[in-house]
Amino acid sequence: MRFYEHEAKSLLKLHGLPVPEGKVAKTDSEVEEISREITGPVVIKSQVLSGGRMKAGGIKFADTPSEAKVAASTILGLQIRGQLPQSLLVERKIATVNEYYLGVTYDAIAKSPIILFSDMGGIDIEEVANTYPQHLARTHLSNIEPFSDYKAKEIISSLGLTGSDLMKLTSILVKLVTLFRRYDLTLAEINPLGKLSTGELVSLDCHVDMEDESTSRQLALLNELSIPATEVRQGRPATDFEVRGMEVDSIDPRGVAGRVVEFDGNIGLVIGAGGGSLTLFDAIRNHGGQAANYCEIGGNPSVRKAYELTKLILNKPGVAKIAVMMNVVSNTRVDIMARGVIKAVVDEGHDPAEKIAIFRIPGSWESEGFKILTKYGVDFVDRSVSLDEAALRAVNKVKAK
Amino acid sequence: MFIKVRITPGTISGRDLVKKLVEVCPVDIFAEDEGDLLIVEENQDECTLCNLCIEAAPEGAVQIIKLYED
Repeated sequence: MRFYEHEAKSLLKLHGLPVPEGKVAKTDSEVEEISREITGPVVIKSQVLSGGRMKAGGIKFADTPSEAKVAASTILGLQIRGQLPQSLLVERKIATVNEYYLGVTYDAIAKSPIILFSDMGGIDIEEVANTYPQHLARTHLSNIEPFSDYKAKEIISSLGLTGSDLMKLTSILVKLVTLFRRYDLTLAEINPLGKLSTGELVSLDCHVDMEDESTSRQLALLNELSIPATEVRQGRPATDFEVRGMEVDSIDPRGVAGRVVEFDGNIGLVIGAGGGSLTLFDAIRNHGGQAANYCEIGGNPSVRKAYELTKLILNKPGVAKIAVMMNVVSNTRVDIMARGVIKAVVDEGHDPAEKIAIFRIPGSWESEGFKILTKYGVDFVDRSVSLDEAALRAVNKVKAK
Repeated sequence: MFIKVRITPGTISGRDLVKKLVEVCPVDIFAEDEGDLLIVEENQDECTLCNLCIEAAPEGAVQIIKLYED
């Protein structure tokens, strides 16, 4: 779950991290009023769940309340990567003498959290890493052992910071790591962290992502930040297809039919099981296939859930065939999946033998499932056919159509 | 479409037995209507083939028919 900037800053503020004076507005008149309260130049920032706001014109500066109103009016009508702003953040404009980058995220390869620090804030950290690697320090941290001030000081000082700057940056980094761990974040990033002429540090912009699976145990924080726990946040608003996918998942508590994501291809995917979805989606692409969707079905869903998900995917415009594929399953029943998928195909007026490019779900109750698939003439394979091979067969069938 | 639950007429009588069948089915295939046993048609395909209903009822009273095995 990605936080809007104003929510991320509220989180930082709750934990004693310095953020600029500011308020959230919904209209240009509110922006004018807030600008008047701040007394002085302000920055008006579009609240969208996307980067690139400055380049897109979603961040503007204003010296007077009337200028702020005009700027707000422009930003409110400005789409950034397909998103209109949810609100505007109005903050005091701050002059800096130096800018830093501080981030905590996960290193998927090392399978542990990583801290990134740079004395070149305000630009993409990837650009710093590629062009000025000597200005980027990084260190992994344990998920188990406590994080110490010493470790924070070590990484800050590795770029030559000393004295007051070292002490202040260390304190901020320790707090950032603390909230990263406490709130199950996958990203806590301050960029830039501005240094004022007084020596004070202020978080001028920040990004916070929370692990989706943790929202149920972080309800207190979400409530404090007025974020509905059921709200889905991603880099763009959910499409109607994706919203209907969420509805399918909520029809009963059995199993999961989640993370339905819309793409514009012609192969409908009913996929899942133990990381199988990502592997299968990649395999489809690697073999030159065009997926119509992504999804994760598993956890022994009901027939109805498999049925509704299949129906949703079948009815997506452009879907030529569906591929039903999973890892070897122990907790999802093959026969239950077969019933749900075939029932949907038949109810939608299709021949399962034609519409299902391949059915590759080996595992629990597979002999019963294979009887059903045989009865309806569906091309199915067992575990002797790899996920990759199954994906290739599906792609070839759709191409041959 | 896949599963048909059949009750042999006259074999399920008494409120306790009806309640027991309603209770044991994990996917709500049975319901009670004023002491009578009803089969919820739309739930039949959810049958998990657990046989709990067969075990709860007198021998031969409940039959689970796999329509894909005809």
